[in-house]
Amino acid sequence: MTPLTEVLAAGPPAGGGWLVAAIAWPVIALLLVIAGGERNAARVGVLALPVGFAIAVKVALDVAGAGRLAYHVGGWAPPLGIALQADGLSAAMLLVTAVVTSGASIYALADFGPPRAGQSGRTTLAFWASLLGAWAALNLAFLGNDLFNLYVALELLTFAAVPLVCLDGSAATLKAALRYLLYALVGSVLYLLGAVLLYGAYGTLDMGLLAQAVRPEPAAWAAAGLMTAGLLAKTALFPLHLWLPPAHAGAPPAASAVLSALVVKGSFFIVLRLWFDALPGLATAAAMQLVGLLGAGAILYGSALALRQQRLKLLVAYSTVAQIGYLFLVFPLAFDASAGQLVAGAALTGGLLQAVSHALAKAAMFMSAGLIAVAFGHDRIAELGGLARARPASLLAFALAGVSLVGLPPSGGFAAKWLLLSAAVATGQWWWAAVIVTGGLLTGAYLVLVLLRALAEPAASAAPLQPVAAWRETVPLVLALLAVLMGLAGVLP
Amino acid sequence: MSPTTLYGLCGAALVGIGLYGLLTEPRLLRKIIAFNLVGSGVFLLFGVVARRGADAGLGGDPVPQALVITGIVVAFSATALAVALLLRLHETGGGVTLDDEADSPAADRSTP
Repeated sequence: MTPLTEVLAAGPPAGGGWLVAAIAWPVIALLLVIAGGERNAARVGVLALPVGFAIAVKVALDVAGAGRLAYHVGGWAPPLGIALQADGLSAAMLLVTAVVTSGASIYALADFGPPRAGQSGRTTLAFWASLLGAWAALNLAFLGNDLFNLYVALELLTFAAVPLVCLDGSAATLKAALRYLLYALVGSVLYLLGAVLLYGAYGTLDMGLLAQAVRPEPAAWAAAGLMTAGLLAKTALFPLHLWLPPAHAGAPPAASAVLSALVVKGSFFIVLRLWFDALPGLATAAAMQLVGLLGAGAILYGSALALRQQRLKLLVAYSTVAQIGYLFLVFPLAFDASAGQLVAGAALTGGLLQAVSHALAKAAMFMSAGLIAVAFGHDRIAELGGLARARPASLLAFALAGVSLVGLPPSGGFAAKWLLLSAAVATGQWWWAAVIVTGGLLTGAYLVLVLLRALAEPAASAAPLQPVAAWRETVPLVLALLAVLMGLAGVLP
Repeated sequence: MSPTTLYGLCGAALVGIGLYGLLTEPRLLRKIIAFNLVGSGVFLLFGVVARRGADAGLGGDPVPQALVITGIVVAFSATALAVALLLRLHETGGGVTLDDEADSPAADRSTP
C-alpha cells in the first residue's frame, strides 16, 4: 500500500472540483426548497435549474477538453479515499439529465406551481424536493467511481423516485410505488451483497483498482452475478419489468417523464460501468449472450404489450420496457470473442446514444401524452379522434418522439440503432440485427395505431376539449426536436 | 468451525430466509421485514469481511464497519419510507397487499 505521506503529497487531480458541484448543487437546492416551504418550493426549484444546467455544461466542456476528469474527495486517493470521475459517457448523461430535468420543471409549473390561496402545497413541495433529489442522485451515479458510493447513489435515487410515483396519493399509485420500492430495495441489497464479496476478495471498492485486481474465480463471478441481477431489477429489464408500467403510467406527466427518461438510466449506467470499467476481464460470451437475450425479450415482449394497450400512458410505459431492451444489446455486441473481454467501440457508443435519445424522446412523449389527457379528460386511445385538428402541437411532439423511438433518420434513435446494427453485422451476430429490426417495426406499428386514431374525425358524441396552455406544448416539442436532430450531431464520444 | 465461518453461514442463512419471505409472503409488512432480514444478513457478511484486517495483525478492517453503519442508515430509511407508504395505502382503503383481487373489504379492516 502507498504510504500515507505519498498519498497526501500527490494531492487531488486538478480540475475535478466541478464534479463535486454537479452533485452538491441539487442537494443544496433541495435543502433550500425544504427551507423555503410549500409556498416557495416552485420558485426555488426553478431558480436552481439554470445553475445546475450551467454546471453540467461546464463539466461537459471540461471533459471535451481534457478527455477525463477526476476528483479525490478530501484529497485522499483510492484505496483510502473515494474518487469521482467523468468521461464522455458521464458527461453525455449529465447533460441529458440537465436538459430533461429542466424541461420537466418548466412543464411542471402548471401542475406544481406556487399554490393558490387556500390550496395545500404539500404535493408541490414533495414534487420539487423529489425532483432535485433524483437529479443529485443521478449525477452521483454518473460520476461515482466507488462501488459503495454508487450503492448510496442508487438508494438515494430510489428514495427520490418512489414519492414521484405516488404524488396523487391514490391507492393505485401507492401500490405501484410500494411494488417499485420493493423491487428496488431487493435490487440494491443484491448489489450491496456483491460489493461486500468484491471487497472481501480484493480489499477495494474503487473501480479502477478492482479492474487490475479481479481474477476470474467463483467469488468474482458470484459478486458480478448478484450485482448485475440487482441492477437489472432496478432498470426494469425483462422479466423484472413488472413494476414499471403501473409506476410510470400512474405518476403525473412531469414525474413520469423524469422516471422513464432518466431514473432507469441511472442503474443502467452502473451496469455499464461495472462491466466495462470494473470487471472487464470477467465477461464471458455466454453471460453476455444471456444479457442480450433478456434485452431481446424486453424489446419483443414490451413492444407486443404496447400494441395491446387501450390507454395512452400505459402504451408509453410499455414502450419504455421495450426501449430498455436495446440498451442491453450493447453487452453481446461489445464482446470481443478473440480478446475474451468487452471492448468500448461502436456498440457502446450506440448504447449511449440510445440512452440519451430515448431519454429525450420518452420525456417528450410522456409530456405530450399528459397534455392530450388534459385536453380530452381521459387517455383512451380509441377515443382520441379529432386530436390532430384540436391540438396539432401535442400530436406533433408525440409523433416526432415516435420517429426517434422507431429509429427513422435523422433521429438520435436512428443513429443508435444503426450503430448497434453495424456492430451486430461486424461481429457476425445476425440474430441481434433481426431483433433490432423487428423491434423497430413493432414500435412503428403501435405508434402508427395511435396516430391513426388521432387523425380520425372526432366521434359525434365526444365532449368538447379542455383548453391547454400553448407554452406547455412547446416543452415536449423542443425535447422531441432535440431527439430527432441528435442524429445530425454525429460527433459524440 | 471457526467463528468467522459460523458468522458467514449465519449471514447466508438470513439472506436466504429473507429472500424466501420476500417471494412468498403476500402481506406487505412481512415483505418489509423480510427485506430487513436480507439486509441484516448482508451486514453480518460485512462484519465477517472486516476480519480480513485481523489476518494482517490489526484488530479488524475499519472500512467494512464504516460501510455497515451507512448501510444500516440506508436500510432504516428504506424501511421507514416503505412503512409510511403502507400505512397510507391502508388509510386510503387499498388493503395491505399488492394483490388487486385479494383485497376484500374485510382485508381492508385488518391491521397491516
